[in-house]
Amino acid sequence: MLKALEGSQALARAVALCRPGVVAAYPITPQTHIVENISKLVADGEMGCELVSVESEFSAASVVLGAAAAGARAYTASSSQGIMLMSEVLYNMAGLRIPAVITCANRSVGAPLNIWNDQADSMAIRDSGCIQLYCADNQEGVDSTIQAFRIAEATELPVMVCVDGFVLTHTLEPIDLPSQTKVDRFLPEFDFARRLDPKAPKSFGTLVDPGWFTEVRHSHHRAMQKALPVIEEIDAAYEKAIGRAAGGLLKTHGPKGAKTAVLALGSVVSTLRQGLNDGLAKTPVKIIQLRCFRPFPTEALIEAVDGVDDLIVLERAFSPGLGGIVGTEVTAALAHLKKRPRIHNFAVGLGGRDVPVELLPELIAATRGTTPEPFRIFDVELDKLPAEDR
Amino acid sequence: MIEIRIHGRGGQGNVVAAYLLASAAFAEGAHCQAFPSFGAERRGAPVTAFVRIAPGPILARSQVRNPAALIVQDDSLLHIPGTAAGLLKGGGVLVNAPEDAATLSARHGLDILSLPATALALEYLGRPTPNVALLAAFLTVTGLFPLSALSKALGERFSGEVLRRNEKLVARAAEAVPEGAWANRLVLEQPTKEARRAESA
Repeated sequence: MLKALEGSQALARAVALCRPGVVAAYPITPQTHIVENISKLVADGEMGCELVSVESEFSAASVVLGAAAAGARAYTASSSQGIMLMSEVLYNMAGLRIPAVITCANRSVGAPLNIWNDQADSMAIRDSGCIQLYCADNQEGVDSTIQAFRIAEATELPVMVCVDGFVLTHTLEPIDLPSQTKVDRFLPEFDFARRLDPKAPKSFGTLVDPGWFTEVRHSHHRAMQKALPVIEEIDAAYEKAIGRAAGGLLKTHGPKGAKTAVLALGSVVSTLRQGLNDGLAKTPVKIIQLRCFRPFPTEALIEAVDGVDDLIVLERAFSPGLGGIVGTEVTAALAHLKKRPRIHNFAVGLGGRDVPVELLPELIAATRGTTPEPFRIFDVELDKLPAEDR
Repeated sequence: MIEIRIHGRGGQGNVVAAYLLASAAFAEGAHCQAFPSFGAERRGAPVTAFVRIAPGPILARSQVRNPAALIVQDDSLLHIPGTAAGLLKGGGVLVNAPEDAATLSARHGLDILSLPATALALEYLGRPTPNVALLAAFLTVTGLFPLSALSKALGERFSGEVLRRNEKLVARAAEAVPEGAWANRLVLEQPTKEARRAESA
């Protein structure tokens, strides 16, 4: 049943439905309301987990790693500099193949200090070996959070669920939370085969010398690749159990045969769809929503861009000195195709700059019949800058 | 789709106002969306919150640039450029101020209705939070939803004495503004066939 809920409140309740054994977190805007709501659910006796208040994000992730290694279903959430501070532990969690779920309430990374939404934080740890799912709305946030535990436990990889800070976390909208019975049926009790157990001692995190390091990394890469069909299967299983899918690896909106496509991650997809529905595009356009960014769904992407002449890749982060991150990866993924679309790559909405519905027609006008220009920050206001920076 | 913008200062309950108005719309069967745009997170800093109400699912997540109405919780904000920016033609401005509507309308060149919401909140709640009184007034002048929708939204958020006091405040604020003064300015169109199909899917 739909209820009008704040995104963070719904995410907290989704976590509660998954019955984690341990939650550890340190507050940071815009993640705060998620953890506050979990804390309230625990205090009100509606959630039976061990809630560990820690002194930093490094500790939050460490508690989660340790708890999960001991066989507990474990969860944390953070944003921005908090994700940066967690990064060492996230690499460890992934490399040790410990299943856990992390919400990233996406926020820019300073300096300059800025509390608002972009995706520089989760993009910065894209090579950690964690699975990353990006959500276009709060319903997808709820559904992906519940799926994330099952994906993590099936693949023995940590899963990061990315929800745009403020744009999703602080938005109240109609959201459906599945019943506890349905979630219990979809998500059986966590049974970690490799858990730390005094009766069957094991070592985690020992030194791996050059004789084995490469092989361990190879296995991690394979594990990520093997996660691709698992993510799709679990989304299908969720649809069967709950009655709603969250988008598998990627999903497309708009006319199938469109020659122009816009690829994006996160809540921008929702605003682009509004532009599409309002008929602002004036030409057939499809929106490709990249839900799964790690592992990178190359085959699904190739299928989605079949017949597309112009592919506009939008992102809310970039790599200074290079340009687009998603754009570069999409270009690489399609490079070997005989017939591939022209790729136009833009960043928008950095540090919370509003992304208007009119973005869709503006993108199409800027790319119509043109040779792709190098990466550009689409909504920069150059007149604010000194001449040498324009 | 109806788009409304709420302007206030940190501590006045701007986000709660947006959430309550959206929840009231939801209680009446409409789809809703409400979210804030914070500046610095501190008391007294200007805060803007946005509300969208539509018969079907709402996809746009951009800030509201062309509101059909404004709710202003602190009249000093009317002196800040940009507060009324993008207000649609015929759009009314409901202001928390002790002065009468004619004086304020003449001063700011806007179509203003006013309510001494801080004074009412102090009287009924003992706290200077003008949001609930303004929402009661807003529903009364626009006729958008019955006051019972606001009561329902309040009931989901508050209980006991706090809820009772808020309900009394709602009734009092509704009497303080001309009922239906902005009737037919904000009209929620009926759900389209597409919207109904999307909902049932």
